[in-house]
Amino acid sequence: MKTVKELNNIKEKVLERIELRKREQKDISLDSRNMQEGMTHVLVYGGTGCHSSNSHKIIELLEEKVKENGLDEHIKISLTGCFGLCAAGPNIVIYPEGIFYSHVKLEDVDEIVEEHFKNGRIVERLLYEEAKAEDCIKPVNEVNFYKKQTRIALKNCGVINPEDIDEYIACDGYQALAKVITEMTQQEVIDVMKDSNLRGRGGAGFPTGRKWETAFKYDADKKYVICNADEGDPGAFMDRSILEGDPHSVLEGMAICGYAIGADQGYIYVRAEYPIAVQRLQIAINQAKEKGLLGKNILGTDFSFDIELRLGAGAFVCGEGTALMESIEGRRGMPRPKIERTAHKGLWGKPTIINNVETFANVGQIILKGADWFKSIGTEDSPGTKVFALGGKVNHTGLVEVPMGATLRDIVFDIGGGIPNGRKYKAVQTGGPSGGCIPAEYLDTPVDFASLAKIGSIMGSGGIIVLDETDCMVDIARFYLDFTVAESCGKCVPCREGTKRMLEILERITNGEGTPEDLDRLESLAETITSASLCGLGQTAANPVISTLKYFREEYEAHVYEKRCPAGACQALLQYFITDKCIGCTKCARNCPVSAISGKVKERHVIDTETCIKCGACMEACPVGAIIKK
Amino acid sequence: MANVTVTIDSRKVTVPSGTFVIEAAKKVGIEIPALCYDPNLEVVGACRLCLVEIEGSRKLQTACSTKVWDGMVVYTQSERVINARKEILQLLLDNHPNDCLTCQKAGECLLQKYAYEYDVKFREHNGARRPALMDTSSPYILKDDSKCILCGKCVRTCAQVADRQVLTFANRGFDTRIVADSNFTLEESSCVSCNRCVTVCPVGALVDKRLLGKGRVWEYEIKETKCKVCDYGCNFEILSKDGKNVAVRAKAPSNGRPLCLKGRLTTEFIYLDEPYTPYKKENGKFKETTWKEALGIEDIIEKLLDKEEISTGVEYNG
Repeated sequence: MKTVKELNNIKEKVLERIELRKREQKDISLDSRNMQEGMTHVLVYGGTGCHSSNSHKIIELLEEKVKENGLDEHIKISLTGCFGLCAAGPNIVIYPEGIFYSHVKLEDVDEIVEEHFKNGRIVERLLYEEAKAEDCIKPVNEVNFYKKQTRIALKNCGVINPEDIDEYIACDGYQALAKVITEMTQQEVIDVMKDSNLRGRGGAGFPTGRKWETAFKYDADKKYVICNADEGDPGAFMDRSILEGDPHSVLEGMAICGYAIGADQGYIYVRAEYPIAVQRLQIAINQAKEKGLLGKNILGTDFSFDIELRLGAGAFVCGEGTALMESIEGRRGMPRPKIERTAHKGLWGKPTIINNVETFANVGQIILKGADWFKSIGTEDSPGTKVFALGGKVNHTGLVEVPMGATLRDIVFDIGGGIPNGRKYKAVQTGGPSGGCIPAEYLDTPVDFASLAKIGSIMGSGGIIVLDETDCMVDIARFYLDFTVAESCGKCVPCREGTKRMLEILERITNGEGTPEDLDRLESLAETITSASLCGLGQTAANPVISTLKYFREEYEAHVYEKRCPAGACQALLQYFITDKCIGCTKCARNCPVSAISGKVKERHVIDTETCIKCGACMEACPVGAIIKK
Repeated sequence: MANVTVTIDSRKVTVPSGTFVIEAAKKVGIEIPALCYDPNLEVVGACRLCLVEIEGSRKLQTACSTKVWDGMVVYTQSERVINARKEILQLLLDNHPNDCLTCQKAGECLLQKYAYEYDVKFREHNGARRPALMDTSSPYILKDDSKCILCGKCVRTCAQVADRQVLTFANRGFDTRIVADSNFTLEESSCVSCNRCVTVCPVGALVDKRLLGKGRVWEYEIKETKCKVCDYGCNFEILSKDGKNVAVRAKAPSNGRPLCLKGRLTTEFIYLDEPYTPYKKENGKFKETTWKEALGIEDIIEKLLDKEEISTGVEYNG
């Protein structure tokens, strides 16, 4: 296509087709369960989570059955990206009503087709639990998990088919790009971005507009735009979901950046372990090129911009900007010392803007709706929203987007549904291996860049791991250090040698072999690693230890002085006991792999703690819960 | 380029803008310790030993990769700096064999020098150590991985000659190692024994095998000479002990001088009283060879002999 008019034509035409997904949804009263007449869209979520529980097969089967029953005239089955509630997947939403089925299995397809599509009756047993209210059925948008969210970066995830560029265009897609290249100067674009104060969503929070301006003002024959999609924090999948659910929003953001700084080439550095994201990105790039929205002379203007994928080979450190550039250049992914800014000398020594997936996904919206709109969301210091991957000991694990400044309580309890199994909330870990643990007393801390830094953690890329009373904080620190040690590139001494020594100390402590000197040594190592490491990953590698030492020092001390793990998580410090609840059924003795349990039938059994290897088999086998560990 | 004036440890120095702090300090006689820095190589900032404190900067900065600016105030000996350096040296020593008594590098080893300067000592611990892998396959280079501090100078200097690029990093984190090609021995690899890597190695991880056991560095009398084989004129040192020339070693390959085995052997042959057996690599195997062949002068010698232009009484070790 060569003109904005053509773009608008597609928009109008396709919007008509998918408009029913965007209608206002109302509660469905229980007595009138008959579905509305007319078109029905069945959206099957196909992010990695749902995909791995067979959502792609559910789509195929649904299509087949709908066709078999001659319903394909008015029932359209469509793939869509991740809508967030991973814990309940595979998920299906049926529009226009917004009926939300969760935990759908292949075996359920027949019933859905038969009952819902043919007879117009909702299959109540498949409804997402919270969608079932007393006197009505709540549509998907009214479910607490979604109602409390504000979606900018994820606005199309779960609404459009990510493999169909037309549906993206129908939802204002490429309008922002069209606007900047036909109506705005480079400086104007940068001014809007600066004014919006969009801060980098990859973790460090650097103002995007200021970064772009630095590259814009630097003269060079060639400039580059890189999208950092090398998401690697354990438990983080924000970027993956955006790439899988709305890849065009990232392409559009990159193209706008390219226009603003004067670059004609972009790279998306995405990890090869994200096969679905890679596949959909490639489809998106191909479609955008076919439509003339990427490539030479976009929409008939002088602006040309191309995007290529570069696959990462699974090194966490390649998420660090300069290591990522080394990797694109074909070298071993190790960070460079920052002699020059990458906005001046980056990829192949040329001015390069590197932004995170989520950052780019925000750009189009800001251009279309304006900086003031963006600033009206979130806090003054951190405007806009942030996507979080909520995981760990929380009821609704999944992907959420909330305005900056929402409290941890909002996220963990309102949206996340609190802690499962009636356990006590203990802390959250934010920012992955570079972040820290925030104890329960800070539950009402607003989540924004400054507030989290103040209490010793970081926003990071958006991973939130919820911890409950059974999580040992020393063990959590050990877990993250284990990750850092495995992922250190080995270039600089403090990170390569220091994190290893730190891990050895933590292993000693969790094994009950820690000494009081170990605590001092941990602190001094933390100081060295933080102040002397080459790159951001090394400089933040000690954060999990620093923050747990700060807030949970008594747990470290219990391990060191009393050889006790207060959370009951460190196996080496536990002992298994049989209480007087024992009915003498002998099950435990029969299941013990090392014959450490003795006792007569119908009499209380005893564990020989010397022989016991603490495997926990007895505890599982006991029918009356008589075995405890302490 | 414009000049800028900086204050380093309360001494003022004027240098061209764009100069690195470490070089500016050198100008006023302040030596900042560094294991991975070499003005002839790409700056990598890996060893972190050259950390200094710069006024106005919260974090410590590496002097090797920070450019001076006008009015910059640098402290190279503050308590914070010294503590960081001590910790870094301790981390290195904790993973380094206590072998200074018999190490060929003793007396020239930078790690030894800085450990002494900063009073950091070996200590007992039960933690992990680098595996004691030693590559003895080459008659010219001994590669001892247990002593490697991964400064990467060898990799960088090897990469400077386009058709070499033999050495590289392998594995990552604590398990990082320097390997030849795809983890081959030096013998199997494409290494041409030019010894560039040996000349830049700050510790005893890469040593000239022909020097082993010949003497300690403080016992030598050292004379410099230029190689006569080609126009590059690489620099070599002739080491003599008790009045006898015992070894020739390559000097660091500065100013585009590439170093090569033939040049080193030629220099050895010219200056050593008793040159050691030369070896030649053929199909990934080192073989003992003749001096004629090693120096590539077989044809010449034959022709000379043919023409009877050299006296029949000449003896040469071949």
